[in-house]
Amino acid sequence: MKHSMQLLLLSFFITLSLSLYAGSIETYTFKTAEQEALYKELIKELRCLVCQNQDIADSNAELAKDLRRQTYEMISKGSTRDDVVNYMVARYGDFVLYRPPFKMKTVLLWVGPPLFLLLSLFFLVKFLRNRPKTAEIELDEKQRESVRDLLK
Amino acid sequence: MKKTHLIPLFVFILLSLLLYRGLSLNSRNIPSPFIGKPAPAFDLPRLYQKDQRISVESMKSQVWVMNVFASWCVSCRAEHIVLSNFIRNHKVPTIGLNYKDYGTEEYGNDVISWLAQLGNPYTAIAVDTEGRTGIDYGVYGVPESFVIDKKGIIRYKFTGPITQKAVTEILVPLILKLRQEPA
Repeated sequence: MKHSMQLLLLSFFITLSLSLYAGSIETYTFKTAEQEALYKELIKELRCLVCQNQDIADSNAELAKDLRRQTYEMISKGSTRDDVVNYMVARYGDFVLYRPPFKMKTVLLWVGPPLFLLLSLFFLVKFLRNRPKTAEIELDEKQRESVRDLLK
Repeated sequence: MKKTHLIPLFVFILLSLLLYRGLSLNSRNIPSPFIGKPAPAFDLPRLYQKDQRISVESMKSQVWVMNVFASWCVSCRAEHIVLSNFIRNHKVPTIGLNYKDYGTEEYGNDVISWLAQLGNPYTAIAVDTEGRTGIDYGVYGVPESFVIDKKGIIRYKFTGPITQKAVTEILVPLILKLRQEPA
């Protein structure tokens, strides 16, 4: 009984994971391999603005589909990587990029994490060095006796 | 007690404040790169007059609003009455951009019944079947509304369903101010 329940659950989750791939991505054909590589690279780097934690390669949202089409059309007309990125940024802002450019507004974003890591390492080392060494305490005969009693 | 012991407390308070602020931010409100830029040109067929076209150019020298909507969009239904009252009460010329509506190959059966049921507040409706004009305006979540000044510059963008609060606090004062500006 328990076993069949597990099987049922297992098949349920397998079915769930299948549905992730059900909405298959449309296929575009390119003239050159470079264009195709560029397309694949770009759709991994552009964020879907409807479902903000997915790139447009992964997303099934209508907008992601449209942006893939736009990317495809631009590349097959000979646009470079920068052309496509500039086109998207002009319309959706830096937010559309998973790798935002380094500028005043994004300084904290880029510098913050390594800065915090260094700072916490610094304080950790400082703390460990300053920690007083645990002094060894001499026990007299009475105390030893009570310790022995406790350990019995 | 040494003063340095208080440092973690301060760091904790600071971090809490930062995260608390983050809770009240709306992650869908992405800053629009269009504010202060000319409204991207479009030239689209009109919903009720298929042979006529509507463009940004035709709205020149007036303060107008472009509202992106679709019959499949639930929040559009929610904002419809607020938007309609705003348009009517303040006589705001408004273009409805009918964005990727179903069946718009035949110029909109769904949207026509939607408007018949809820009322049509728009001055004109532009049909954007493939969503290309939508891309030009950086549309990512319908409904969206753009306020465009007499010179054709986008001055404000509202993402999501317009609320009565937004109308009285933001849109009306802005429209009145923009109307004072020279064409």
